[in-house]
Amino acid sequence: MSAVQLPVATPPVTQGFWRRALRNHSFVLGGLLTLLLVAAAALSLAWTPHNPYDVNIPVRLQGPSGTYWLGTDPYGRDIVSLLLVGARASIVVGVIAVGIGLVVGTAFGLLASARRGWTEEIIMRVADFGFAFPAILSAIMLTAVFGPGMVNAIVAIGIYNIPTFARITRASANAIWAREFVLAARACGKGAFSITMEHVLPNILSVLIVQATIRFAIAILAEAALSYLGLGTQPPQPSWGRMLSEAQTLLFQAPMLAVYPGVAIALAVLGLNLMGDGLRDVFDPRLARKR
Amino acid sequence: MSAPLLQVQDLVRHYTMPREKLFGPPPVVQALNGVSFSIEAGRSLGIVGESGSGKSTLARLVMALDQPTAGSVRMEGRDLHALPPQELRRARRDFQMVFQDPYGSLDPRQTVERIVCEPLAAQGGASAAERRERAGEALASVGLRANDLGKYPHEFSGGQRQRIAIARALITRPKLIVADEPVSALDVSVQAQVLNLMQDLQARFGVTYMLISHDLAVVNHLCDDVAVLWQGRIVEQGPPQRLFHAAEHPYTRALLEAVPRAEPPGARAAS
Amino acid sequence: MALLEVRNLDVTLQTQRGPARAVRDVSFTLERGQTLGLVGESGCGKSITAMSLMGLLPENAKVGGSIKLEGREIVGLPERQLCELRGDRIGMIFQEPMTALNPVHTVGRQVAEPLRLHRGLSAAAARKEAIALLDRVGIPDAARRIDAYPHQFSGGQRQRITIAMALACGPDLLIADEPTTALDVTIQRQILELIRGLVAERGMALILISHDLGVVAQNVARMMVMYGGEVVEDGPTAEVFANPSHPYTLGLFGARPRLGGPRGGRLTTIPGTVPELVDLPPGCPFAGRCRFTIPECHVTQPPPFAVGPGQHARCIRLDAVAAEKVQVAA
Repeated sequence: MSAVQLPVATPPVTQGFWRRALRNHSFVLGGLLTLLLVAAAALSLAWTPHNPYDVNIPVRLQGPSGTYWLGTDPYGRDIVSLLLVGARASIVVGVIAVGIGLVVGTAFGLLASARRGWTEEIIMRVADFGFAFPAILSAIMLTAVFGPGMVNAIVAIGIYNIPTFARITRASANAIWAREFVLAARACGKGAFSITMEHVLPNILSVLIVQATIRFAIAILAEAALSYLGLGTQPPQPSWGRMLSEAQTLLFQAPMLAVYPGVAIALAVLGLNLMGDGLRDVFDPRLARKR
Repeated sequence: MSAPLLQVQDLVRHYTMPREKLFGPPPVVQALNGVSFSIEAGRSLGIVGESGSGKSTLARLVMALDQPTAGSVRMEGRDLHALPPQELRRARRDFQMVFQDPYGSLDPRQTVERIVCEPLAAQGGASAAERRERAGEALASVGLRANDLGKYPHEFSGGQRQRIAIARALITRPKLIVADEPVSALDVSVQAQVLNLMQDLQARFGVTYMLISHDLAVVNHLCDDVAVLWQGRIVEQGPPQRLFHAAEHPYTRALLEAVPRAEPPGARAAS
Repeated sequence: MALLEVRNLDVTLQTQRGPARAVRDVSFTLERGQTLGLVGESGCGKSITAMSLMGLLPENAKVGGSIKLEGREIVGLPERQLCELRGDRIGMIFQEPMTALNPVHTVGRQVAEPLRLHRGLSAAAARKEAIALLDRVGIPDAARRIDAYPHQFSGGQRQRITIAMALACGPDLLIADEPTTALDVTIQRQILELIRGLVAERGMALILISHDLGVVAQNVARMMVMYGGEVVEDGPTAEVFANPSHPYTLGLFGARPRLGGPRGGRLTTIPGTVPELVDLPPGCPFAGRCRFTIPECHVTQPPPFAVGPGQHARCIRLDAVAAEKVQVAA
């Protein structure tokens, strides 16, 4: 237990970022898993072992073999190909949904923080209202109203992300507004917009990045849940969630059908969460002490 | 006779705090209770006060970063708080501020060049090349080098960061610099360097200071006039020599007495 | 037997850029009732010296030399035994009263804590004792305010409370690390008076750390000036102020703007900046910034030379320094 603090100024957390990041176990492991996920999706654009849309009943429910590396599903489709293309759906939904939340939520959060007063109150109360609905329920509601499909799934999950980012942005931005260099900027005559763009946003980026990776993991889970319920990505487009749903009825005959997509989901989510944890440590200014 | 550089008249600032009881008036903090003084160009003023005296509030009001409850702040005759926003922004060219904390007053994510140029950029009109040149000049006048422009604040020591802050305050060639405890966070030897620098800048650029400090010795060193602030009012004012040798107000006397002298009791003075 | 005996204390800290010798060859002795001041700027090692007396250094710090409290060696003592000493035999006051007190516990609980821990007092007995302590340190209406929370007190009062905590078990040694730096000058005076009074009353030894020469001049009988981790000058306070011998001490004394001093005069400054502890060159830490530097200064750490009764300075150029002083005076 130490109480010693050498008087130092902390550098901006991006100095020596890669050096610190590569030494952080969580980040490296999580990063590799995430890279695997992205690679799988990217690969699927160019090549898959078989065509995942090929329904081929005669070869259905086969175990792993030389031709079908992990076997086939109830419709005779190659599982490996399904997993690869399914990765695509997960990533697309994840990126766009988080992107929506990030852009819109952050904008609202910055606005609330810059204006304070009634603007802030209203924005935060609306965000609270958004939080009141459980995520999946909102997504289900939205897709029930507007119809199922990948696009609607993206929108639903995206909308759900907005209050989270709004709240986090506002809290972090408030802390920056209280700093003296912002006061110095105001003393120069800078307006709220300039200050927000030039001083506040760059200083809260690290928080947003960490949050985005974590929400990405949640988005993948949400997409899987929605597809499982038949509300997300629609057939014939492959989706890990729907693979799980289809495996349900055959759980005792071919249990591995559920294991493969389940493991894929678990690894993707684990990877992103680990990476987010690692990033949080890397960005923590206390660990970035250097003069 | 021209208007004084800065004229503060009956300045009052009350803050209404959040309600503590459901019924009954919310508590009011009376930060400033009628402060008046004026600063002539070339005669620096020191404001001496402890915590709770209202000195930070005074600094913010003079810099037009806050609205007074009553009273006025006039810069060369113009009431700052009555100016339309565009006019006020242009007027800011003539008055700038140096803050206490060298670690907090510089944005850690911006280069020294951007930091120092900020007041100039806010004024508009200068090209990027012009701005860089002026930034280089400003850095040179505080004893830093042109190749420091590309560095980040964390690469500098506390004293150097304060110099950067001073360079930022100088870049628009202001007439008045409000310095809020500019050396309090610095070590003694660094303090001396920065104080000497501030003295030099006074001589070279003819800049006038409104220096706020709890440290009487610092104020004594740089200022032609001193005003003692206590509980939101100026209790005594005058040239430092008179104040420090023949103070009249009991608070001033208490303040002077409380400062520990750098002479051990009963010892002969350093030769 | 001396209360505290420190011999050749060396502390090396692990920083991101490598090992830093934060304290180099520090030695001093302290008897009961004696007061010692540690003066220096930030990064000189004074706080780390104090922390090593309490065993409060980071786990990866390497400590060399010996610290003996009443003949008992503290260096290398296991944590459990160090805990028994802290708060009981050695009390410490820190700079920031805001953060030294836990905001969610009442003041009474915090003052009583050392009593319950080290003396095994019951809650009721500890509470009574705590009220007496708060009263002694000047908290008005102590019996009622004992159940108040830290945020309900002013900065000066909070510091008084931390003093009460430090003194609760009647320690033999009190370490005060910049106890008044965060306080207004009028409050500062009261707190220092309080500390002086308590130290005299209880016959404790006091180590007072400060960057403020005035505070040191008025409150301690002996002082040590630190720079770059080593004690560059030490001696009776009156002597060091009357006859500062080390170039750094001279620079420090000259850099202070004086009240009532001549206006418009320039302050003598020490060129350059304090080197980081991890960058300290071999030899004298002040070499290079010192205008009396000669090539030999960069080679080895100077040993302490006697410059007066009980006064020493670590410098091989003392003659040149003294000669210049005579010249200036003439």
